[in-house]
Amino acid sequence: MKCQHCDKTATFHITELTHPDGPAILHLCEEHARTFFNQEGPAHPASALTNLLSKQLKLEKVTEELANVDKKQCPMCGITFAEFRKGGRLGCPYDYIAFEDDLEPLLINIHGATTHSGKAPHNLSGTPQRQFRLKQLKEEMKDAIQKEQYEVAGKLRDRIASIEQGELLENDDPESPLADDDFQSEPLEPPSDPQST
Amino acid sequence: MKLEELAQQTGEWMRGNGPESDIVMSSRVRLARNLADFPFIRKCTPQDRAAIAAAVRRAIDALPLGSETEFVDVSKLGDLDRQFLMERQLISHELSEAEGARAVILDPHERFSIMVNEEDHLRLQVMQSGLDLETAWKRMNELDDLLESKLTYAFTKKLGYLTACPTNVGTGLRISVMLHLPALVATKQIEKVFRAFSKINVAVRGLFGEGSQFMGDLYQVSNQMTLGKSEDQILQRVSEVIPRLIEYERKAREFLVEESRDDLHDHVSRALGILCTAKKISSEETMHYLSKVRMGVNMGLIDSVAIPTVNKLFMHTQPAHLQKLCGQKLSVSARNTERANYLHQHLSENGGADPKRN
Ligand SMILES: [Zn+2]
Ligand SMILES: [Zn+2]
Repeated sequence: MKCQHCDKTATFHITELTHPDGPAILHLCEEHARTFFNQEGPAHPASALTNLLSKQLKLEKVTEELANVDKKQCPMCGITFAEFRKGGRLGCPYDYIAFEDDLEPLLINIHGATTHSGKAPHNLSGTPQRQFRLKQLKEEMKDAIQKEQYEVAGKLRDRIASIEQGELLENDDPESPLADDDFQSEPLEPPSDPQST
Repeated sequence: MKLEELAQQTGEWMRGNGPESDIVMSSRVRLARNLADFPFIRKCTPQDRAAIAAAVRRAIDALPLGSETEFVDVSKLGDLDRQFLMERQLISHELSEAEGARAVILDPHERFSIMVNEEDHLRLQVMQSGLDLETAWKRMNELDDLLESKLTYAFTKKLGYLTACPTNVGTGLRISVMLHLPALVATKQIEKVFRAFSKINVAVRGLFGEGSQFMGDLYQVSNQMTLGKSEDQILQRVSEVIPRLIEYERKAREFLVEESRDDLHDHVSRALGILCTAKKISSEETMHYLSKVRMGVNMGLIDSVAIPTVNKLFMHTQPAHLQKLCGQKLSVSARNTERANYLHQHLSENGGADPKRN
């Protein structure tokens, strides 16, 4: 029997005992078996995750809707939802904002929860919203320079510098998606009980 | 620190001296972290990857950690060195095989390692011998606090630490315990036991060889969920499960003794005999028999070998280790000969397998 991942002979037959669909048997060569064992936790290898994604989306959405979801694109890194679905990996932290509605059912499926509880860093300035705001301001500055509006560009530069130095973004710009940063005001809490498994 | 020096020593977590270490090989805690200023790995340019590695290096050098650890540029390592670090569980396959700038920061005592540019920008892992999750988490938390004082992590209050894969988001915490469960395997109860555990969201995986248990009866138990539960709750969840598994394994061992102590004694002694006298032996076969010897020692049926020796042999007989230790690349066939020699030497040094020979 050949290894599932390459042409070598499969010498290892691994039983994933807690696979979501019951025990699953994998046939692997020595090298791929080591790889498998070296990953921590079986949690959800990329392939299992993409399966889960496609199953879930098909259940919930009609083809037309599905195509629309797939076309959604992150304004920060340019990844489309379809690309994420295929690879099982996101492109940047802002994807959690850009694809928020589409990721939520997946998070419930994996974790039975949609909100973090636990440790937080002392430095809370690493939000994707802030990174997105910085990107917008930098583009505006570039634009201003091109139009030779140097006074505007200078103001933007100062604004960027102060944000980069950790200035808080509250009440910064009602257009920017900052509401997410404060989860007290987050209206998207699902009604389901996150404790249920 | 050279990798050759690492090959000679036994990492802290392999000493086999922690709590419950007759059954629990090691406790591991890992955190996934990403820097806020960069996209996740799949959207990183080569320049981004280099900048991440440089930023992490600067952060570590600014801490006392910098002088205590080794920054290893994995992109500059050869195949053998990368495989060696993988066998030692200091780096993952993903980090080993990736392209571009990537690194691992090593503690010379192997109590922790930090992978840079793996699936996430940072993968911190802390290892502890035996069952000691609380110490492992305490040390991990301190390490994370240190790094976080110099780096800005991608984080939101709603979703916690943001990770490349949604399966790790939230705490980014994976706790895993590696257990040696030969008696549960021998009594064919292992699947039944683990299937019961799958209902409480703890994941288990084991490795089987063709027809028998060629991967040393080693099983890894870990948490599946990272979002919605605090680090302490996750720790608690895994901690509750392990003592029950240990108890099942001990009961199975008692059962084997009651059934026939002589048969069991014969079984483990033959395993030791094969390891001592084989002229050529594969790494799978070695693990298979070492597992039986390990059980024999822990049950007082074999007294000529000590557990730290068995643990060391589990590691040193793997392909890259063997080649590192003898200082040259070897073909599969030459490795099998070298492995047999190595086993013979080390099992004899410890009083020998066959008492009549001494
Ligand atoms: Zn393979
Ligand atoms: Zn993105």
